[in-house]
Amino acid sequence: MTDPVARLRGVGLRYGPVTALEAIDLELPAGSIVGLIGPDGVGKSSLLALVAGARRLQAGSVEVLGGSMASGRHRRRACTRIAYMPQGLGRNLYATLTVAENIDFFGRLFGHGRRERKRRIDELTRATGLAPFVDRPAGKLSGGMKQKLGLCCALIHDPDLLILDEPTTGIDPLSRRQFWDLIARIRAARPGMSVIVATAYMEEAARFDWLVAMDSGRVIATGSPRELLARTGSPSLEAAFVALLPGERGRGYRPIETPPPDDGHDAEAAIEVHGLTRRFGDFVAVDHVDLRIARGEIFGFLGSNGCGKTTTMKMLTGLLPSSEGEARLFGQPVDAQDFETRRRVGYMSQSFSLYSELTVRENLELHARLFHLPKETITGRVQEVAGRFELLDVLDALPPTLPFGQRQRLSLAVAVIHKPTLLILDEPTSGVDPLARDAIWRMLIDMARHERVTIFISTHLMNEAERCDRVSLMHAGRVLVSDSPAALVARRGVATLEEAFVGWLQDAAGDAAATDVAPPVGPEASTPPPSRSFELRRLLAYSRREAIELMRDPIRATLALLGSVILMFVIGYGINMDVEDLTFAVLDRDGTTTSRDYALNIAGSRYFIQRPPLRDYDDLDRRMRSGELSLAIEIPPNFARDIARGRTVEIGAWLDGAMPSRAETARSYVQGMHAKWLAGTSLALPLANLEVRFRYNPDILSLVAMVPAVIPMLLLLIPAMLTTLSIVREKELGSLVNFYVTPVTRLEFLIGKQFPYVVLGMVNFLLLTLLAVTAFGVPFKGSFAALASGAFLYILAATSIGLLFSTFMRSQSAAIFGTTIGTMIPAMEFSGMIDPVSSLQGIGAAIGQAYPMTHFLTIARGTFSKALGFGDLQASFLPLLIAAPVLVGLSAVLLRKQET
Amino acid sequence: MRAANIVHLGLKELRGLARDPAMLALIVFAFTFSIYSASTAMPEQLNKAAIAIVDEDRSPLSARIVDAFFPPFFMPPSMIAQPEMDHRMDAGIDTFALDIPPEFQRDLLAGRRPTIQLNVDATRMSQAFTGAGYVQSIVASEIDAFVRRYRANVPASVELALRVRFNPSLTISWFGSVIEVVNNVTMLSIILTGAALIREREHGTIEHLLVMPVTPLEIMAGKIWSMALVVLAACALSLLFVVQGLLAVPLQGSVALFLAGAAVHLFATTSLGVFLATVARSMPQFGLLLILVLLPLEMLSGGTTPRESMPEIVQYLMLAAPTTHFIMLGQAILFRGAGFETVWPQFIALAVIGLLLFTMALARFRKAVGETA
Repeated sequence: MTDPVARLRGVGLRYGPVTALEAIDLELPAGSIVGLIGPDGVGKSSLLALVAGARRLQAGSVEVLGGSMASGRHRRRACTRIAYMPQGLGRNLYATLTVAENIDFFGRLFGHGRRERKRRIDELTRATGLAPFVDRPAGKLSGGMKQKLGLCCALIHDPDLLILDEPTTGIDPLSRRQFWDLIARIRAARPGMSVIVATAYMEEAARFDWLVAMDSGRVIATGSPRELLARTGSPSLEAAFVALLPGERGRGYRPIETPPPDDGHDAEAAIEVHGLTRRFGDFVAVDHVDLRIARGEIFGFLGSNGCGKTTTMKMLTGLLPSSEGEARLFGQPVDAQDFETRRRVGYMSQSFSLYSELTVRENLELHARLFHLPKETITGRVQEVAGRFELLDVLDALPPTLPFGQRQRLSLAVAVIHKPTLLILDEPTSGVDPLARDAIWRMLIDMARHERVTIFISTHLMNEAERCDRVSLMHAGRVLVSDSPAALVARRGVATLEEAFVGWLQDAAGDAAATDVAPPVGPEASTPPPSRSFELRRLLAYSRREAIELMRDPIRATLALLGSVILMFVIGYGINMDVEDLTFAVLDRDGTTTSRDYALNIAGSRYFIQRPPLRDYDDLDRRMRSGELSLAIEIPPNFARDIARGRTVEIGAWLDGAMPSRAETARSYVQGMHAKWLAGTSLALPLANLEVRFRYNPDILSLVAMVPAVIPMLLLLIPAMLTTLSIVREKELGSLVNFYVTPVTRLEFLIGKQFPYVVLGMVNFLLLTLLAVTAFGVPFKGSFAALASGAFLYILAATSIGLLFSTFMRSQSAAIFGTTIGTMIPAMEFSGMIDPVSSLQGIGAAIGQAYPMTHFLTIARGTFSKALGFGDLQASFLPLLIAAPVLVGLSAVLLRKQET
Repeated sequence: MRAANIVHLGLKELRGLARDPAMLALIVFAFTFSIYSASTAMPEQLNKAAIAIVDEDRSPLSARIVDAFFPPFFMPPSMIAQPEMDHRMDAGIDTFALDIPPEFQRDLLAGRRPTIQLNVDATRMSQAFTGAGYVQSIVASEIDAFVRRYRANVPASVELALRVRFNPSLTISWFGSVIEVVNNVTMLSIILTGAALIREREHGTIEHLLVMPVTPLEIMAGKIWSMALVVLAACALSLLFVVQGLLAVPLQGSVALFLAGAAVHLFATTSLGVFLATVARSMPQFGLLLILVLLPLEMLSGGTTPRESMPEIVQYLMLAAPTTHFIMLGQAILFRGAGFETVWPQFIALAVIGLLLFTMALARFRKAVGETA
C-alpha cells in the first residue's frame, strides 16, 4: 500500500454535550474505494466533513493529501484536489440554476476558462446521461439525477480525492446501479483517484475495496469486505456488521420473515383506486392508476424517483385533490373534509416533518391530543407507543439531536399514536441503517398481522419489497406491474427481485438512459491554475450565480424595485411635517362682536378648523380627551367691555399636548395669531419687524424635504434585507458547504454575493431619483455626479450591513427580524430623517453619528435642495468611504470558513 | 373539541418559541433597549438647535439678544461675519442665522421699526417651524424688555394664558416611548406569526397537521392567540417596567384598557401576518413584503407625523390600517386618560378590521394549503 490518502490521529468531535467522534485513529488507503459503514448518527458524516475540511477540527489531527487540515493554508491548497458531496439529495446544488449552470459555477470556482468549462460540461453530462437535461433547473430533477449532477459538480476539477456522503440514499435501484457504473468508469480513467464513501447499503459496501465499520463515534473494525466476513464468520456483510457490534447489541440478529396473511379476511378493501390522475399544468404526475389493497395487507410501492408515488399517496390522504378518477378508503370516497377517515389513517411523509422545537414526548402528546384521544389515556398511550418504538430513553430529547433512525421511528410512532387502521408510509426507512430498519419492519409486520392494520409503504430497497405481501412498480405516473414478489421474479424469469425491476424499468424507460454509455471522463487536459488568495474570477462566479438566482425569482426583484417605488409614493405624499387643519372650539362667555372677532381671527387662518362651540368645562374636557379638539379657547365674560375700559384681560387657551411636536407648533401659531389680532385692533404695535426667510425650500413643502430623505431610507432597508437573506438562506438550505470546501475565500464570497444587490440597488436609486424629479416635481439643484457616487458608496455600505448581520443569524426568520430592527429603527429615528442628528441625545445620537444613512441623507438633501457638489459635501463622503470596507472586513473576520 | 385543538396548537407555538433563544433575545431587545434608546434619543422639541448670529449693530440691545440664546433650546450662538452666513447654511452647519442690521438699537428707539432678518434651513422640517417661532418670541421679548426701560407707560393689553394639557412640559420622550411600543407591537406580531407559518411550510410540518382532524381555521387560530399573547405580555411588561419604571412616563389612563385595545389590535396584525405569509412563497419574499407593509403602517398611522396634515386621500386610506386606530386609542387612553366611553369607536374599528383581515387570511390560507401539498 502506498502512502495513505488521509491519516487521522486521536480525532474527537463534540456538538455541545453530544459526542460525535471519539479518539479516532485511522489511515485511509489511497487509490481505492473506502467505505464507511455503520448505523445513523455514529459519526460517519462528521468524519467525512473533517476529512473534506468542511468542519472545524476540535481535537486530534487530520492529515489529508500530505498536510494538516487544521492549517488554513494547506486547506486552501488541498481543496483544489478534493471534491466533497454532502449528504442529502442535491443539498449543495442550486435549485433554480440549470444543470449546465450548476456545473459551470463550480468550474468557475476552480478557475477554468470558458472553453475548458464547456468541454468539461459536455464531457461530464454525456458521461452521466444528463446531456439531454442540461437546461433543466436542478430543483426539477429526480433524486437520482440530482446525485449525478452533484457528482458532475464534484468531478469538474479532476479531484484526487472524492468524498461522497451517502450518495445513493433515497435513490431507486436503477439509478443506483447507473451511479456506481459511472464511478467505476471514472476510476478506470483516473486510476490514482481515491474515493471515500459513507453508505447505509451493505450490498454496496460489499463491492468496496476497504471498509471502516463505525459505531457510537468509534471505529470498531477495518479491513476489506472479505476480511470482515472471515473475521466474524458471517454469511453477509449485514450480519458481519451486527456481529462486530460490542456487547449485547451484537447478539440477536435474525433475518426478518413475513408470516403469510390469514386468508379469508381480504374481502374488504382498505384502499380502492380507479383511474386516479393528477396533473400539474401539462405534466401528468399520476396517470390513471388502479389499485386495490385489502385490509391487513402489506402493500409495497416501488419505482424510480419522481415517478408519482408520493403524489399518489398524498391524494389518498386528501392532502392533494385528484384531477380525475376515484379513490376510496374503506369504501368511502376520499374527502379532505371528512375527519372520520382522517382518524383511521396514519401518514408518514418522506422527509422528517415533525416539530424539531418540541421534544419527543411533546410531539407524541400533541398528536395524541389533536387526534382527540381521551385525556386520561394519553399518558398511557404515549408510554406504550414510546416503548414499542424504543423511544423511552429519549422522551425528553429534541428531534434534531437524535440520529436519523430514531427520528424515523419517532415519525412512525406519531403516525400510529391514534391506532389507525391504515398506514400510508412514504419511504419510512430511507436513510435508516439496517438494524433500525429491521426494527421498524418487525413493528410493521406485527401491526399488520395482529391488528389487521393495512400498510401502504413505498421503498427503494429490494429486501424490504420482498417482505411485502404484494408490490406495485410505478414509472412515469403509471403502474407497470402489481403482484406478489415471488410471482414477479418468476414472471420475469430472473434470480432476484432487483433484476426483475431493473428489467421492467429499463423496458419502460426505453433505450435512452440505459444505453448512454458515453466515453469516460478523459484525463485532465489542463490542470487548474494554482489557487491565489484573491481572484476576481471566483468572486464573479458567485456574483453571476446570485444574479441568475435573482433573475429566476422575478417576484423578489420586482418586489424590490416596485416596492420601493410604491413606498416612495406612500411616504413622500403621506408624511407631512406641516401642522395644518388643527381642530379648535371656543367657549365664548362674552358673546360680543369683539369676542366673535377673536374667534374668527383664528378660524380664518389655514392652520385651524373651527368646530361647534363649547358649552361648558365638562364639554371641553370630554372633547379634548377624545382627541376631537386640539385647541380650546375660553373668552371670559365682559371681554369687550374690559378691553374698552383699558383693563388687562386674559384669554384662556388649552392645547392637546399628547403629541408634543404638533403641540409645539400649534402653540407658536396661537401666539402668532394672538399677536396679529392685537395688532389688528391697534392695541399693540410691534417695535421691530422680524423677517423670516425660509431657505432651500421656501414654501416649506414637506415633499421637497421628505422625498430626498425617503430615498436613503429605501436604499438601506431593501438591499440590506436582501443581502442578509441571501447568505442566511444558504446557511439554512445547506449550499454554504460549497464555500467551505472550494478555494473561494471569504472576501471573494462576501463581495461576490454582495455585488448583484449593489447593482440592483443602483437601478433602484436611478429609478427613485427619476421619480422624485418627474412624478414628485422635487427640484434637483446640485451635482448629480456627487449624488450618484454618494449613492454608490451608500449602497455598498447598506449591503455590507446586510453581510454583517448575516454572520450572526442562523435562521431566516431571525434574519428578517434582526434586519428589520437593525435597519428600520435607526433609519426612522436616528438618521436625521425627522429630527436632525445634531439634536439627538444619548445612545441614539451615537448611533446616528455612525450610521451611514445619516451621511447619505446629508448628501441627498444637499444635492437635491441646496445645489451642493463634491466640494461642499466632503465631510459626508469620508464616513461613507470608510463604512463599506470596515463592514465587509468585519464580516470577513466573523464569517467562518469552516463549519463549527 | 375544536377549542381544545386551538389551545394545543397554540401551546405548541409557545413551546417552540421558548426554545428559540435568538427570537427571544430579539423580542426582549425590541421591548427594552430599543424603546429606551428611541425615546431618550428623540430631542425635546427644540433641542440644541444650531444658530449663528451676524451682529452688525454691536449695541447693548444686540448683545442682549445674543445672550438670550442658550441651551437646551439653542446651542451657544456662533458669532459670524455676514459673508460666512450663506456658506455655513449650505454646509448644514447652522439651522438658523439671525442677522441684526447696523444701527438697529438707534432705529428702534427712534421708532423707525427696523427689521431683523432670520434665515431658516427649511429642509430641517421638524425644527424650522418651531424654531422660527422661538426665535421670534425671544427677540420680541428682549426688545420689549429693553424698550420698557426707556418708556414708562405701556398700554394695558389682552393676555393669552396658554396651557398645554396632558403633557404640560411637552416632554417628547413620553410620546416617543409609547409610539415605539405601539410600533414594536405591530412589527413583532406580524413577523412572529408570518415567520411561524412560513417555517411550518418550509419544514413540511403543515402537511402533517392537515392529515389530522384539524381544520385550517384551528391551525390559524392557534398561531394567532399564542403569538398575540406573547406580544401582549411583552408589551405589558414593557409599559410597566420600561415606560413607567425606567423612563418615568406618567401614564394617565388605565393600562388595562390600553392592553385590551392592544389585544384587539393584535388580532388584526397577527391575521395580517398570516395573510402575508400566504402571499409570500419564501422567506426572502416575506422579508420584502414585510418592509412594504410595515413602513406605511408605522409612518402614516399618525405616530410619526400628525394625521391631519396628511393628504386627505392618505388619511382615508389609512383608516383601513389597524395601526391608525391603535395609535388614536393609545394616545387617548395613555395620555389623555380617556375611558372606554371615549375610545369605543376605535375598539369597534379595530375589531372590524381584524375580522376582515382574519377572513381574508383564512381564505388565502385554505387555498395556499391546497397548493403546497
